[in-house]
Amino acid sequence: MEESTISNDPLDSISSLSPEEVQEKAELVASKWPKLNRQRMIMQGVLFGLFKFSAAINAVALLIIVYFLVSRGWKAINWTFLTQPPIDSMTKGGILPCIVGTICLSLGSLLVAFPIGVASAVYLHEYARPGRLLRLIRLGINNLAGVPSIVFGLFGLAFFVVWLEFGVSILAGSLTLGAMTLPVIIGASEEALRAVPDTYREASLGLGATKWQTIYRVVLPSALPGILTGAILGISRAAGETAPIMFTAAVFYSPSMPSSIFDEIMALPYHIYVLATAGTEIETTRHLQYGTALVLIVLVLGLNLVAIIYRSYLRRRMG
Amino acid sequence: MKTGYKKGKARQRRELAIRVGFFCVALASITTLTLIVVFLFMEGLPIFSKVSVQDFIFGKYWYPTDDPAEFGILALIIASLTVTAVASAISIPLGVMTALYLAEVCSARIREWVKPIVELLAALPSVVIGFFGMVVVAPFLQDIFGAATGLNLFNASLMLAFMSLPTICSISEDAIFSVSKELKEASLALGATHWETIWRVTVPASISGISTAVILGMSRAIGETMVVLMVAGGAAMIPGSLFDPVRPMPASIAAEMAEAPFRDDHYYALFATGIVLFLFTLIFNMVAENISHKYRQVGAATL
Repeated sequence: MEESTISNDPLDSISSLSPEEVQEKAELVASKWPKLNRQRMIMQGVLFGLFKFSAAINAVALLIIVYFLVSRGWKAINWTFLTQPPIDSMTKGGILPCIVGTICLSLGSLLVAFPIGVASAVYLHEYARPGRLLRLIRLGINNLAGVPSIVFGLFGLAFFVVWLEFGVSILAGSLTLGAMTLPVIIGASEEALRAVPDTYREASLGLGATKWQTIYRVVLPSALPGILTGAILGISRAAGETAPIMFTAAVFYSPSMPSSIFDEIMALPYHIYVLATAGTEIETTRHLQYGTALVLIVLVLGLNLVAIIYRSYLRRRMG
Repeated sequence: MKTGYKKGKARQRRELAIRVGFFCVALASITTLTLIVVFLFMEGLPIFSKVSVQDFIFGKYWYPTDDPAEFGILALIIASLTVTAVASAISIPLGVMTALYLAEVCSARIREWVKPIVELLAALPSVVIGFFGMVVVAPFLQDIFGAATGLNLFNASLMLAFMSLPTICSISEDAIFSVSKELKEASLALGATHWETIWRVTVPASISGISTAVILGMSRAIGETMVVLMVAGGAAMIPGSLFDPVRPMPASIAAEMAEAPFRDDHYYALFATGIVLFLFTLIFNMVAENISHKYRQVGAATL
């Protein structure tokens, strides 16, 4: 008997064999078995090692990026850097206007996206019945999530800046970023609503409360922590984006702090891009670039860590 | 009795109003999407009175500021596609294998540590990854491979791979994790090893989710702007090798929009490039949507 017969179907022609032959065949199978098993286990070990390796690459990539930015950026960070505006055509000084600008833009985008996002999620999860309309709305959300950031920039330029005549301003930038973070907030809020047990709703409805009273008094309060986690993730996304604000809110340099929402401003991500690619002083401002990048990732990763830790705390508490 | 009845009526009316209100707000996403399409086309279509659609898409020369200007974005489209393809060649195997490790192989405790790492990787701002590619990876590539410039197709693809990896990883992990336990147990009980079970049962059962993940990852890569703007090199020509500088569509839009005169041919051409880019990601998303809708995981039936 060939080995292939063994691995494929050892019982194939067993009925036509005499007892001795069956015995012989069984011994053959038994003698090959340990080797075959060993091969299978080696195969599994090698592949699982490979999986582990790819997981490790993720961690290594994150570590390398953070390591380079921290090791080269921390020297640039001091009190002046964080509290002064740039001076000498941005070759010296600090990044205060950029920090203020990024905070304005991300809070502004949250102001736009949070109410709309949470209300959309409430409709989708609490009110909507399955059907063509629901599918259409979901299609809209999924495709909005997939629109490239630069296309949001173009849209913001054409719609908010030009058509609505907001000009290059905090308002136009916040609205553009808000449109971009909307799917993030909807997704997180819906997940939070899904985690509220149906028994809560039934108990409230059973006591005679209307649907809206149930949502307002029972469902939303229990989902609130999860919704807030989503809001934090939305802010961090908005804070790190560059392409949507390039044509709608950000400028190379502005000498004064913004005084109204119709002012244009500086922002951390755009500042990094400008310092690293434009002008003749690219090499001499390297330390400022590293410093700005470090401030930005501390802000963004910090917000994300808060959200991750808070979420795992919530999950543990829920059971 | 009568007042109670009236009160109930009023309550019902209020409930209906609230319901309608929520419905209107829920339409915001699709309205925004529609507005995006309308304004892209409004600002992009005028270019086609100067250049035919065919010349625009298949034209090899992109000299928007010359006189006479040439608006052919073939080189930009090819650059976008090659960068995405090379990035996918790196990120798909890495992402799927990481997802398999997280969902199938590692212990719950390791999972608790590795998942946040993947999420943090996803959270890194693209401008920071672009900056890293410029100041760390580019000189490294120049030293190791002797490339003429470190800012090239390969560098951009590598950076993009690490941007789309978390997308691919977390969506496929969800899909793999949701394969029902009975299927896997049945396979193990028949004597299959853990790996054989993954390969013959778990992966086929979650293949629709994994494909969705892959397509969404590619969609993210093709639309990513800052990385290709800072790292790809910016030469608007059809690349001959992995180490040639390229100029993908998003980079072209981001770099030139500031200089293009308002409502000039160049401005319209950049919006038209935006339309092409938008259509690419729209197709990717529709395909992903279709796969996940049509081949929804229904346990054993998908095997």
